[in-house]
Amino acid sequence: MSVAQWIEQAIGGIAEGSIVVEETSEANLRWANNALTTNGQMASRTATVIVSSGSDDVVVSGPIDSASDLVALVERAGGSGGSASSGVIDDGFGRAGEPTSIEVFGEFARGLGESFADARQRDALLFGFAEHRLTTTWVATSRGVRRRAVVPMGRLELNAKSADLKNSAWVGQATNDFTDVDIAAHTAELWRRLAWGEKRIDLPAGRYEVLLPPGAVADLMIYAYWTMNGRDAREGRNVYSAPGGSTRVGERLGGLPVSLCSDPSVEQLPCAPFAIVTANEPGMRSVRDNGELVGRVDWLTDGVLTSLVEPRTASRAEMVYPSENLLCEAGGTSSLNEMVASTKRGLLLTCLWYIRVVDPQTLLLTGLTRDGVYLIEDGQVVGAVNNFRFNESPVDLLKRASEASLAELTLCREWNDYFTKTSMPALRIPDFNMSTVSRAT
Amino acid sequence: MGKIDETFAALPLAALADAALCRAGELGASHADVRVMRTRSGRRDVRDGVLESASDSTELGLSVRVVHDGSWGFASGITLTADAAAALAEQAVLVAKVSRPLQNRSVELADEPAHVGEHVSSYERNPFEVDESERVGRLVEWSQRLLSAGVSHVDAEAYYVQENTFFANLAGTRTTQQRVRIHPTVQVTAVHDGGFDTLRTIAPPAGRGWEYLCGTGWDSDAEIAELPEQLRELVAAPEVSAGAHDLVIDPTNLWLTIHESVAHATELDRALGYEAAYAGTSFATLDQLGSLRYGTDLMHVTGDRLTEHGLATVGWDDEGVAAQRFDIIRDGVLVGYQLNRQMASEQGLGRSNGCAYADSAGHIPLQRMPNVSLQPVAGGPSTAGLIADVEDGYYIVGDKSWSIDMQRYNFQFTGQRWYRIRGGELAGQVKHGAYQATTTDFWGSMTGVGGPETWVLGGAVNCGKGQPGQSAAVSHGCPSALFRAVNVLNTESEGGR
Repeated sequence: MSVAQWIEQAIGGIAEGSIVVEETSEANLRWANNALTTNGQMASRTATVIVSSGSDDVVVSGPIDSASDLVALVERAGGSGGSASSGVIDDGFGRAGEPTSIEVFGEFARGLGESFADARQRDALLFGFAEHRLTTTWVATSRGVRRRAVVPMGRLELNAKSADLKNSAWVGQATNDFTDVDIAAHTAELWRRLAWGEKRIDLPAGRYEVLLPPGAVADLMIYAYWTMNGRDAREGRNVYSAPGGSTRVGERLGGLPVSLCSDPSVEQLPCAPFAIVTANEPGMRSVRDNGELVGRVDWLTDGVLTSLVEPRTASRAEMVYPSENLLCEAGGTSSLNEMVASTKRGLLLTCLWYIRVVDPQTLLLTGLTRDGVYLIEDGQVVGAVNNFRFNESPVDLLKRASEASLAELTLCREWNDYFTKTSMPALRIPDFNMSTVSRAT
Repeated sequence: MGKIDETFAALPLAALADAALCRAGELGASHADVRVMRTRSGRRDVRDGVLESASDSTELGLSVRVVHDGSWGFASGITLTADAAAALAEQAVLVAKVSRPLQNRSVELADEPAHVGEHVSSYERNPFEVDESERVGRLVEWSQRLLSAGVSHVDAEAYYVQENTFFANLAGTRTTQQRVRIHPTVQVTAVHDGGFDTLRTIAPPAGRGWEYLCGTGWDSDAEIAELPEQLRELVAAPEVSAGAHDLVIDPTNLWLTIHESVAHATELDRALGYEAAYAGTSFATLDQLGSLRYGTDLMHVTGDRLTEHGLATVGWDDEGVAAQRFDIIRDGVLVGYQLNRQMASEQGLGRSNGCAYADSAGHIPLQRMPNVSLQPVAGGPSTAGLIADVEDGYYIVGDKSWSIDMQRYNFQFTGQRWYRIRGGELAGQVKHGAYQATTTDFWGSMTGVGGPETWVLGGAVNCGKGQPGQSAAVSHGCPSALFRAVNVLNTESEGGR
């Protein structure tokens, strides 16, 4: 029997609710000091059963390997039988899950070995991680909806350090299948940045003109996105709140014409085109959204806050659902290299790291710079400076950003365990707050 | 000692182990281990007195890890049959073969005797066996008390876990374990003309059962009763004054500073660079073992997996190494690291001290921190005694925001409640404070350590590490402590307001 057939055998036990089955196949390689450290090939299958009654939702999940496993979960959730309903059924609902394997890294691993050899010759060290995952999700509701999606996720993080560990550079790439990963080109970029870092310059804490590359902008915008809880905003509990139980929707947050959207139809940033919810997240997602189609949502339009997240509730039929990709553009037409060339004096960052909320009222975040902070003078990178701790709010940065590049596909650094599908511009911030100096290299 | 859950014990554990280990041996593995792990998690979220989310999840799987021709190979799955277990052993060997060209030295493991036994953690009432009306009712009851006292919003949550692990290896180890942990949190919010302020309970997560929410190990009722007045005080509090200040830090805050600046910094895999591309490295490099001045002579930090109710407490780790206690910092000097079998062997450090853990069968065991604790001083002062030694400073209670750099140098922490100290006495709350320091400067400014009566076992249920990411629960015991001339920031000023 197939997973779809298991679902059909079990869904009849639910009068109102849904079943979500997620089958995950993944493979990974990890390396440090020019050698492999860990690896793995893993498979799992988890079912979540939701039984709703009035305003209550009972949610039970566990591994399944047979129809009887799924039926047992329905019974644990208190399912007591329902009537068959006809609804929308995806064409591929009956298909099996799609696997990946360690072989997805075949070509990549050969290139990585060459990069290790190159690093040894240069007296440098390579560290990093490569992961590929295919998640097949089936969603079935008591109202007859049957959805299936296969979503790929791949990421590469490559970090090079000098032998004394005092010089460090990083590149990252999100990929759907590793066929587009050019490890030689990434390695060459790392050597270019390590060369920048051979000249060290100490700078004190303070406010600097900073070029945030797309990956760093992604980390900040993702946090702003995760905070877009409409209910919290109306209750006066987040940065998007306005006085009197209102929100900042309609307010101009960006000086530049910033647009921020999520859109499951963007081919290079694939995510499921329907809601998949395995636990209620108050104000963000409801298990009652399961299976509903999701389209593009504009969160910011020309700098104006347009939407906040809204799950369906007893008093709200329409959801505003946060998909698992995020696209931003801000009217820029130049590249990051061109922005560097037009900088009189400023700092080019690589990554932001260990980002945490300091003050939720303003969404003030703290964190560190990492793996390359480069001083630009008269349009040229003249050396690498020390790392800093920053204290900044992404909402405030939107207001102060003075220039943006063209948007490009990018991998964030801090949040890529959870969120890998972004397209972002680089941003110029005239007065970025480097609060204190960090001795870390 | 309690009993292993019958539903876990009834799984074909021995048959799975035998099939996988036998096949791994046939294929030429020099080392093989098998782990069957089941984790049950429950979460209840009550918002303004209404149950918003109730979920129960179970993860169950089987993994095989081998050393073949000097290379690690790892594979996992969810099918619990002998044939599937043998197939995983084959996959693990294949992964080892694919990986071999990318390794520059063979994997060798420190010796560990074979162990056979069971371990069940110390708790009274399994949260999964508590009636749902009581589980939700407790959170609703707290919420209603707080709303009646005039707070704007209440978020009450209970998170609890039962973790079962079976481990077997070619050397003959066979262990079965069960651990239960729980973490209740209540956050109150005041919405006012100036925006909003929040306070959260400071009860730490614990290796206990449902009894923890009913007064055993922590008086939640008393803590919750004080929250409304503390929140009112916070709303009206003046701003913190930035600059160098003396700080008395309560164990409910200091545990997190220990976690970030000591426990993570003394993970040997981090010091050796294995985490360099992700969480980073450590300033406490191996060449400084025995000589690095970490803090003042008052600083004595231990690692252990033995403390009753500790979140990292076990009978044996996920490599079959027996739980131990060891020194990490003694008289302010770095004297030890957290180890697994491979690093202990490679670095000539003798036996592993049992710090391997994987958060599921689907993840490979990493070196994870044990319970890492700052020891109190016998006969040391009370918290009030430490405060009395401060002319002008702050007393910080409860953890909140945290951040540290990738070598564990520069950190910044806030707290749930900051109190001004004037003339050796508390002088009311202040707001928007953060303390920032470089690790060795901070611990080198510690001039007072509280006595045993100030000691609290704090901790976290969600320490993250590794790629792919894993989560671990860990405890940190510490007394109150006094630090001189620490850099204090005003976060409003930092935000440019």
